[in-house]
Amino acid sequence: MSEKVSWFKRIRGGITTSTREKKEAPEGLWYKCPSCKHIVDTNDNAIHLWVCQKCNHHQRIGSAEYFGILFDEGKFKEVNANLVSADPLNFSDTQKYTERLAASEKKTGLKDAISTATGKIEGVETMVACMDFTFIGGSMGAVVGEKISRAIDCCIKKKTPLIIISKSGGARMMEAAHSLMQMAKTSVKLAQLSKAKIPYISLITDPTTGGVTASFAMLGDLNIAEPGALIGFAGPRVVRETIGKDLPKDFQTSEFLLEHGFLDFIVERKNLKSRLAQTLKFFAA
Amino acid sequence: MTFLDFEKPIQELWEQLDKAKQTHEKGKVDMSTTIADLENKIQETRKEIYSNLTPWQKVQVSRHPERPYVLAYMNAMTYNTFQELHGDRSVKDDKAMIGGFGSIDGKTFMLIGQQKGINTKMRQYRNFGMANPEGYRKALRLMKLAEKFNKPIVTLIDTPGAHPGLEAEERGQGEAIARNLLEMSQLTVPVICIVIGEGASGGALGIGIGDKVLMLEHTWYSVISPESCSSILWRSWDFKEQAATALKLTAENMLEQKLIDGIIKEPIGGAHVNQEESFQNVKKEILKQVAKLEKIEADKRIEARIEKFSSMGVFVEG
Ligand SMILES: [Zn+2]
Repeated sequence: MSEKVSWFKRIRGGITTSTREKKEAPEGLWYKCPSCKHIVDTNDNAIHLWVCQKCNHHQRIGSAEYFGILFDEGKFKEVNANLVSADPLNFSDTQKYTERLAASEKKTGLKDAISTATGKIEGVETMVACMDFTFIGGSMGAVVGEKISRAIDCCIKKKTPLIIISKSGGARMMEAAHSLMQMAKTSVKLAQLSKAKIPYISLITDPTTGGVTASFAMLGDLNIAEPGALIGFAGPRVVRETIGKDLPKDFQTSEFLLEHGFLDFIVERKNLKSRLAQTLKFFAA
Repeated sequence: MTFLDFEKPIQELWEQLDKAKQTHEKGKVDMSTTIADLENKIQETRKEIYSNLTPWQKVQVSRHPERPYVLAYMNAMTYNTFQELHGDRSVKDDKAMIGGFGSIDGKTFMLIGQQKGINTKMRQYRNFGMANPEGYRKALRLMKLAEKFNKPIVTLIDTPGAHPGLEAEERGQGEAIARNLLEMSQLTVPVICIVIGEGASGGALGIGIGDKVLMLEHTWYSVISPESCSSILWRSWDFKEQAATALKLTAENMLEQKLIDGIIKEPIGGAHVNQEESFQNVKKEILKQVAKLEKIEADKRIEARIEKFSSMGVFVEG
């Protein structure tokens, strides 16, 4: 129990030192596991890092939670926090893109679908870029590309390893070709990082599809994932329509990708920090 | 001749011309003046229609069934010296992605691109130009081969997207495309990428990282097709024209946004109206660009390539 409490404190530390306001769950609220319907107290849920203790379902969490889990004492420094989309195409469908952005910011307290931060992971100075699915489906627009690009520049300059935590529906359609070119941008920057021999660990979480899978998520020196995550290029609905029949049960899960040779290993969230720290030390020692 | 819906006026003149020619050939009446008039009129009408195409109409032209596909360019530009090279050395030979050596005006090039298929049977054989992971891996293998022997690379892009199938996912479609993006940025030889038809999303970009990225005049390049964009954002298939406009996917739009480096003119009425002229236009542009690129040192070329893609994307620093 004492270990869990210290975990919890660490997480709380991470959340409260975050630059943004994060709503604390009031006592006595309940959380229902979407997978097995098991009901737990929200604080207990947080203590267990938002993983169901009954069925091991890894709930989708955001950058604030991951930073809290990973960084020592939950301490980190967010960088380039003020980048926002410029709506280069003046895009409008049933709604203006600028309105979508404003609504998403209001809902999530985030400025875009990725946050980048530096801090120590078991004493190892590391750059972590973490996506937020709650911000327009974790879609990749120019801000995501630029923040990753700047994170890479910083890693090269300071010889700091890079971890990117992917969680994305793919491209941000409202930025059209600008969004497409972020796949190119992040990949060519990763080539530079690779040339500088700075380690890059890609942690893929639920769900990661489309342009993010077809760029930085698959380009780690190590590609790792949380259990049970949906990972693919084409979404499962599209694949089902293409082949005209039901998909195999574990199709496009982390376990499926591991089996087909596209992941180095799968890591449970409770072991995430220690496994990442150990891996970073492999590169450093 | 296949006519698109907005080409009705051309089609009517064409039918008149056809009749006039028949009458003329029967030898009863001399129709040569009428024929010449009609031919002029057709050219004028084409000019008028094609100088005012909407984005959606350009998408239609890019998919015109008589439009020349990648293999036709490869054969014509190399005077049939094109030697196709098969296979990714791992899984199989992807028929949707073709590549090989060819000689253009005495100079060896590595030519790579998606082939759509020229009739119903071939379209199936070519999987409609939708490559699988092994297609992207074959492309990369051939690019590395070109790099080893210091031959410039030309990719010709024409795809409705990477294949979204079960086996494609099993064999890592995402990884294959991602790997190409990273590796192409580091190639020590000049790389020229030309969209000759459809440039749909990651499937197009997977062979699209070049020193010069060019588009033919009536092609499109974006993150999604207008139809799929309509279905996702408007939740209906009926807004493809609005989607095409909103996506700013034409060659002109892309150049304005600084996402491509140039536009290659098409014959009046589109590439399909005068295929030979299209092949020559593309060939001339390739030779012009490669001559310029070869004057730059490899390191500098790579640096500039990375710099170009790194600076793409518009944002505000608040
Ligand atoms: Zn559960």
